[in-house]
Amino acid sequence: MNLLPDLALVLLILTAAVWTVAVRDRRDAVIGFIVVGLLLSLAWMRLNAVDVALTEAAIGGGATGLLLLRACARLVPTQAESVLPQLSMRLLTGLLCSVIAAGLAAIVLMPVEPPATLAPEAAASMGEVGLGNPITVVLLAYRALDTLLEKVVLVLALIGVWTLTPDEFWGGAPASLRAQQSSGALTLLAQVLPPIGVVIGVYLIWNGADHPGGTFQGGTVLAAMWLLVMMADLREPPEIRLRTLRLLVVLGPVVFLLAGFAGFWIANGFLSYPPAFAKPIIVIVEAALALSIAVILGMLVAGPAARAPR
Amino acid sequence: MISTATLYGLCAAGLVAIGLYGLVLHPTPLRKVTAFNLLGSGTFLLFGIAARRGEAAGFLADPVPQAMVITGIVVAFASTALAVALLLRLQETGASSMEPTSAEQQDNGAS
Repeated sequence: MNLLPDLALVLLILTAAVWTVAVRDRRDAVIGFIVVGLLLSLAWMRLNAVDVALTEAAIGGGATGLLLLRACARLVPTQAESVLPQLSMRLLTGLLCSVIAAGLAAIVLMPVEPPATLAPEAAASMGEVGLGNPITVVLLAYRALDTLLEKVVLVLALIGVWTLTPDEFWGGAPASLRAQQSSGALTLLAQVLPPIGVVIGVYLIWNGADHPGGTFQGGTVLAAMWLLVMMADLREPPEIRLRTLRLLVVLGPVVFLLAGFAGFWIANGFLSYPPAFAKPIIVIVEAALALSIAVILGMLVAGPAARAPR
Repeated sequence: MISTATLYGLCAAGLVAIGLYGLVLHPTPLRKVTAFNLLGSGTFLLFGIAARRGEAAGFLADPVPQAMVITGIVVAFASTALAVALLLRLQETGASSMEPTSAEQQDNGAS
């Protein structure tokens, strides 16, 4: 097997990571981080993890990058910006970090035999619910509790962000995401791309039951389209007091919880599905989750309210 | 000759070290958040190695670690968003730096 392309990719990732940490300007650092995220999604492809590659590209590189770039623009630089501690401190930290890297490398180089795997268990639950994508089966059936709690974490994070709203702005809209200079290209893109992007997002959600894709990836694509429209100033971010918005935020977790509790009556307990209806239930839960994810991700990037309610 | 999974495992170890270095040494919070995300990406990649090595039952990679990584990436994003919102709010309230103010230094000197 030819390892040369992989070696090149690994070197690129590590170079971009060093750049992210070493570069003086913080905006350059964030751009370095986005590059690492996109390269990592290629690495995930090489590891046969297409679903993770999609998520890493959409959230790891894209959404986190946008969030950090926006923070760069809004945070006033401080005096201490580019001052690193003295050389002896840097050498010592470098040494200790190398020790940790060496420890991890040792774990990687001396794998356990036979390798630990839960794939047979996941395959067994795949047969029970009748879906074709093992990742979706693990996320929504085999380890559904993890996914449910993660959705609750997302809602809690959004509540956390909203509670940072100053009192006088409570219920109002987040700061505008508009670019500093308006650009014709961005406006055109925001008018042309969303119809296509929404179709792709819905396709990823719908297709996620049997093929790579799913709620996270599709939901992020939907959120990206919404953010694009807000950045081109075609729409303002909604006020956070809107009841529809809040309902959409909790819709996914609530539907998931209801489906989970329904398991007590129609199947073997919490978060289990009757074999005959497993697929329709999962598809409904996925659709509700994807909507909530799109809204939550968009509002997390937009941040706390910065204007008084109208 | 090392396998693909081992190669990316070494890459993950490097990412963790680089991210940790930036997290410890950079004085400004935003750079710390960025470095912490690098560290997280490295950790996720280690899960990818476990998944790749755990191929069984006809799958090219163990789906359980993959699903955990997807969950992890989303949670990492949510916590980054919360951290950024906290930083912006700190700036608004006038305490944008993690360095002790002169008043706090005097307090420490007195005690």
